[in-house]
Amino acid sequence: MSTSLRDVAVGTELPPLALEKISRTTLALFAGGSGDHNPIHIDIDNARSAGYDDVFAQGMLSMAYLGRLLTDWVPQERIREYGVRFTAITPLYGEPTCTGTVVSLDTVDGEQRATVELVVTLADGTVTLRGDAVVALD
Amino acid sequence: MIDKKHIGMDLGTMTLDVERGRLRFFAKSIGQTDPVYTDLEAARAAGHPDLPVPPTFFFSLELETRDGFGYLETMGVDLRRLLHGEQRFTYHRVAHAGERLTLHTTIADITAKKGGAMELITRATRVTDENGELVAESRGLMVVRNPEVAA
Repeated sequence: MSTSLRDVAVGTELPPLALEKISRTTLALFAGGSGDHNPIHIDIDNARSAGYDDVFAQGMLSMAYLGRLLTDWVPQERIREYGVRFTAITPLYGEPTCTGTVVSLDTVDGEQRATVELVVTLADGTVTLRGDAVVALD
Repeated sequence: MIDKKHIGMDLGTMTLDVERGRLRFFAKSIGQTDPVYTDLEAARAAGHPDLPVPPTFFFSLELETRDGFGYLETMGVDLRRLLHGEQRFTYHRVAHAGERLTLHTTIADITAKKGGAMELITRATRVTDENGELVAESRGLMVVRNPEVAA
């Protein structure tokens, strides 16, 4: 599981993480687990009153999935920075897949670091999240 | 429009105990399969003193510190119009269950786009440990949609 410098190059792809279809149960569990109790994600009446057809996933759920992609790849203590932009709503029954590609290798403060570009894509091709992370190698 | 007087608003400082049970529930809710995040033995075998706080859990701690989304209500924001636009974390070290962390959050910026059809609120949080050392920093951009404002 440990990823060392000699294995990593610009263009290296992280093993993708495919998630199951997002159900109402997924959203309810994440509302409790994450502490984000915004009813728009769990209460269809609230979602409809805001003009949505149905509830939709919390953005931080997808960010947490991408976090799993990262910690599946390197031990967490190597992650220096991690950020995302939420580019589209993840609808109910969406099937997110997390992917990552190394885009640069740098030495910062005497430490070898890789910058990884991150994307979450739904089965229909919609990109819901774009992000980046900086991880230390070795 | 959100009053810009809220820029710099101090959302307060709160000290929280990171609980194992809470981390396990979070792990379950994101389908985490890596036992390092749920099983104490696995965490210790990986060199952690206790269950690690996963990369995005600081956002959940932030929610605990400020009465959920109470600060947005103070600004007069209708939660139903709110979307999370961006989120970024900078990590100084991994935190673990059993630690007492202090979070201090401020409103770093408020800007309007498209003539007010979109308003952007930037929130900044510093997470420190019991020695006052910085553990992580979090920066979030919340987007408020105002569809009645013609762009």
